[in-house]
Amino acid sequence: MDHLDKLEAQSVYILREAYREFKSLCMLWSIGKDSTVMLWLARKAFFGHVPIPLVHIDTHYKIPEMIAYRDRFALEWNLNMIYGQNSEALAEKLTFPDGNTDRITCCKYLKSEALKHTLSGEWPRYRMDHEQRRYLVDDGREPYTGVIVGVRADEEGSRSKERYFSPRDKDNVWDVGDQPPEFWNQFKTDFAPGTHVRIHPLLDWTEQNIWEYIEREKIPVVSLYFNQGEGIRYRSLGCYPCTNPVLSDARTVPEIIDELKSGKFSNIAERSGRAQDSEDGGLETLRRDGYM
Amino acid sequence: MNGRAQMNIVIVGHVDHGKSTVIGRLLADTGSLPQGKLEAVRESCRRNSKPFEYAFLLDALKDEQAQGITIDMARCFFKTAARDYIIIDAPGHIEFLKNMITGASRAESALLVIDADEGIKENSKRHGQMVAMLGVKQVTVLANKMDLVGFSQDVFEKLKADYTAFLEAINVTPVSFIPISAREGDNIASHSERMEWYKGATVLEQLDQFVSEKELHEKPFRFPVQDIYKFTRSNDDRRIVAGTVAAGRVRVGDEVLFLPSGKKSVVQSVESFNTEQKNVASAGESTGFTLATQIYVRPGELMVKPGESQPEVGSRFRVNIFWVGRAPMLRNKSYKLKIGSARATVKLAEICNTLDASDLTSSKSKQQIDCRDVGECILETTRPIAFDTTAVSEATGRFVIVDNFEIAGGGVVVENLSVGETLLQQHIRDRESNWEAGFVRAEQRASVNRHKAKFIVFTGAKGTGKRAVAKALEQGLFQNGMNAYYLGVANIDRGLDADLGSHSDSAGERLRRIGELARILTDAGLIFITTIDDADDYDIETLKLLNEPNDILVVNMGESSFSRYQPDLQLADGGVVADAVTLVAAFLKAKEIIIDYQI
Repeated sequence: MDHLDKLEAQSVYILREAYREFKSLCMLWSIGKDSTVMLWLARKAFFGHVPIPLVHIDTHYKIPEMIAYRDRFALEWNLNMIYGQNSEALAEKLTFPDGNTDRITCCKYLKSEALKHTLSGEWPRYRMDHEQRRYLVDDGREPYTGVIVGVRADEEGSRSKERYFSPRDKDNVWDVGDQPPEFWNQFKTDFAPGTHVRIHPLLDWTEQNIWEYIEREKIPVVSLYFNQGEGIRYRSLGCYPCTNPVLSDARTVPEIIDELKSGKFSNIAERSGRAQDSEDGGLETLRRDGYM
Repeated sequence: MNGRAQMNIVIVGHVDHGKSTVIGRLLADTGSLPQGKLEAVRESCRRNSKPFEYAFLLDALKDEQAQGITIDMARCFFKTAARDYIIIDAPGHIEFLKNMITGASRAESALLVIDADEGIKENSKRHGQMVAMLGVKQVTVLANKMDLVGFSQDVFEKLKADYTAFLEAINVTPVSFIPISAREGDNIASHSERMEWYKGATVLEQLDQFVSEKELHEKPFRFPVQDIYKFTRSNDDRRIVAGTVAAGRVRVGDEVLFLPSGKKSVVQSVESFNTEQKNVASAGESTGFTLATQIYVRPGELMVKPGESQPEVGSRFRVNIFWVGRAPMLRNKSYKLKIGSARATVKLAEICNTLDASDLTSSKSKQQIDCRDVGECILETTRPIAFDTTAVSEATGRFVIVDNFEIAGGGVVVENLSVGETLLQQHIRDRESNWEAGFVRAEQRASVNRHKAKFIVFTGAKGTGKRAVAKALEQGLFQNGMNAYYLGVANIDRGLDADLGSHSDSAGERLRRIGELARILTDAGLIFITTIDDADDYDIETLKLLNEPNDILVVNMGESSFSRYQPDLQLADGGVVADAVTLVAAFLKAKEIIIDYQI
C-alpha cells in the first residue's frame, strides 16, 4: 500500500465507523476539493453508494459555478442533498458585502449560525427532489447527532488538535482542553443526549495528498481551482467577496501538485487567500463558535 | 506521483522538559515551516514582550499559550531526505495523560525527552511505561537542556544509566540516548561541537534510522467485521461484509470462519469502488467481501481462515490496563468494551495488581483502579467475544473501555481465562445457595396444577408471528385449566426495565432481568411464556442459567439465528397460528409437562 492507499483506508474505516454508530448522521459538503474528496471516499466506503445525507450551507455569496457543480453531482451521483441558509440575515442584509457587518460577523451569521440551526433542524432544510430535479423544503427536522466534516490537520493551528471523533456540546462548543482520548482505532462513538459528535475522516491528509488523490481517482472538481488562461486560480474556495484567487499558471491537477511540491506555493499557507482569517482571532474564533 | 514513505512519531516526556522546543527545532531546521510562520511568531513575541522560543511555533491556540503548556496533541508535518514525518506532540502535564496516550497510540516510534538538569521525573517514567504498553517498539531518549549542565558527559551517562535501569524493569530496550540542547540546536540536525564526546546519531539521523513497522501481511488473517451492507433501495443486491483487514490476507475462494458464532462460508468476491477487479485483500486495506452462502453474520464478529492459527474465544481474560477516566474503575459495574469491531458489556472481575508508574511500586490490595493507574486485572464480558492475546496479534488484542459515554481506559489482552467460573455462574451459585423456599414443594404444585412449571421462549426473527403463537398458546393452556402466563417484552421495557432507558448497551441487563423473572415465575409453578427477537446461543444459554434449577424450553420460528444451540422445537414461520399451537401443545404433552390438551 502506498501513502494514498493508507490514507484512503483510514478515512474509509472512519466513515464506516460513523455510519455504524450514528443513527442521525450527515456529511458537510462545501463543494471545495477536500469535502469533495471526502464524498468520494464515502462512495469508496459504501461501494458506490452514499447512504448519508450531504449538507451544504448556502451563503448566497458562493461563486455561482460552485452551486452549479453541487447540483450537477447531486443528481448524477444520486445524492441525498440538503442545503440550509440564514434567511433572516440575508433578508435584513446583515452581511459584509452589504456593508453592514465586518467579515467575521458575516461568516458567523451566514455560515456558523446557518449551520448550527440547519443541523439542529430548527431552520428549514431544503432537499433535492430527484424526480422534480429541484429543492423542496424537507419534512425531516431531526437533529443530526453525527456530523462528518472534511477538515485537515495541516490547514492551520487549531485544526491540528482535532480528534477523528470530536464531541461538541449542545451549544456547539469545542472544549479543546478536555477532549476524549482516541486509542488505536477506537473512537468516541458514545455520546450523551443533547451533545453531538463531529467526525473528521480527512484529518491526516495534506493539501498535496488531496490533489494526488484527485489525480489518481480522476475526481471531478470545480474548474475554479485551475488557471483558465488568465494566470489566476483559486487555491481555497469560499464566498466571492472574501476569497481571492492566487497568481498561478497551473491548468491541470499534475501542475497543481508540482506547484505545491516544489513550486511557488511550497511554503505559503493554503488559506492565505481567505480574508476572514486575518481579522482578529480569525479562524480560531470562528471555529470555537461552530465554524468548520 | 509521490510515493514517499511516511512515519508517525510521538514526542513524550515530563512537563517543561522541552518537547515542543524539540519539535519547533526539527521544523525550523528541516525548512518545514510555512513561509512567514517563524517571523509571525517572532513578531507576536515582540508585541507581547516575550523572548522568542521555538516552542511557541506549536502553541497554536490562545488558551494554550496563556497556560504555557501543551494541552492536546498537535500534529505537524516535516520531511527529511528519507521520508515524511508526522510528529505528534504529546502533552507532558499530568492532567493530560489521555491526550498523551492518544498521540502515542498512533506512533510507530517515540522520542522521550528528559531534562538533563532536572533529571528523571514522574512522567518520564509514566510515559515510558505507557509508550511500551501502547505497543510503540522504538524509543529513543533525548537528554535535553545539556547547555544547562555544561554539556557534561558525566551527567548524560548518569541519566542514561538510571533511565536504562528503569526501562529494563518494564522490559523496554531503548534504541538510543542522545544528548541535545533543543534551544541551542545541538545534535538536532547537526553534530554538536560542544559535545564531541558523543559519537552517536543526531536526532534527525536517528529518526531516519527507525524502521517502519513490520509487514502484517504474513500474519494469520484477521478481519473484524465492521458492518454488513445491502443497499437494496439503490438497486444493489450485493450483501457485503465490510471492514478493515487487521492482519494477513484472504483470496477469493478461501474458506472463512466467523467467530464467536462459528459460522463458515467461502469468499465469493472482493468488493471495491472505482478500482480494477480485486481477488485478494491484505492487511491495512478497508474492503468488503461477498460470501458464497447466505449466512447470518453480525457486525463485531471476527472473520478468520480456518486453516490458520485461530484467535481466542472467551468471556474471561487477563489484561494489562491503564485508566484515564474521571471516575475510578469499580468491580461489578457494567462497562462497554470495544475490541476490534466487537462491543460487549464487561465487568472488572478481579484486580491482580496495580502499579504506580512513577515509582513502580505495586499494590495487590486495591479494590478499584484509579485515574492514571496501570494495572493487571481480569475482565469478564457478558457474552463470549473473539480476540487475540497481544503477543499473537496486536490489532485484535487491544481494547478500550467506555464509561458514561467516554473512553475511560484501554489495554491489551494477556491471557484467555475462559475455563474459570464466570461471574454469572458465581451469581447463580450464590443465589441458589441462599434461596429461601416456602413450605410448598415444586412436586406438590405440579400435582395440584396438573402440569409442571416451564419457561417457554419463542425465538426467531422479527415478523415470524411468534408473538401471535405465544399468546394463543397462553390462551389454549388457560382454557385447559392450566396456569400459563404470557409476558410481552415491551411491557418489561416500560416497567421493570424503565430505568435502563433505550440504550443498546443495557441488552445484557434486560436479559438478566427476564431470566430472574423466569426463575421466580417458574418457581411459582407457572408455565411462563415470552418471546425474544433474534436470540443467539449466548442469549439462550444465559436465560437457561438464570432460570436454574428450573427448566427452559425454546421454540424457534423460521430461520434459526443459532449457530450451535438446538432449539427444542422448530416451527415454520407464516403458518396458521392454531396449527402451531397444536404442535407446541403436543410437544409439551410428549415431554410430560402437561397431561392433556383439548383444542
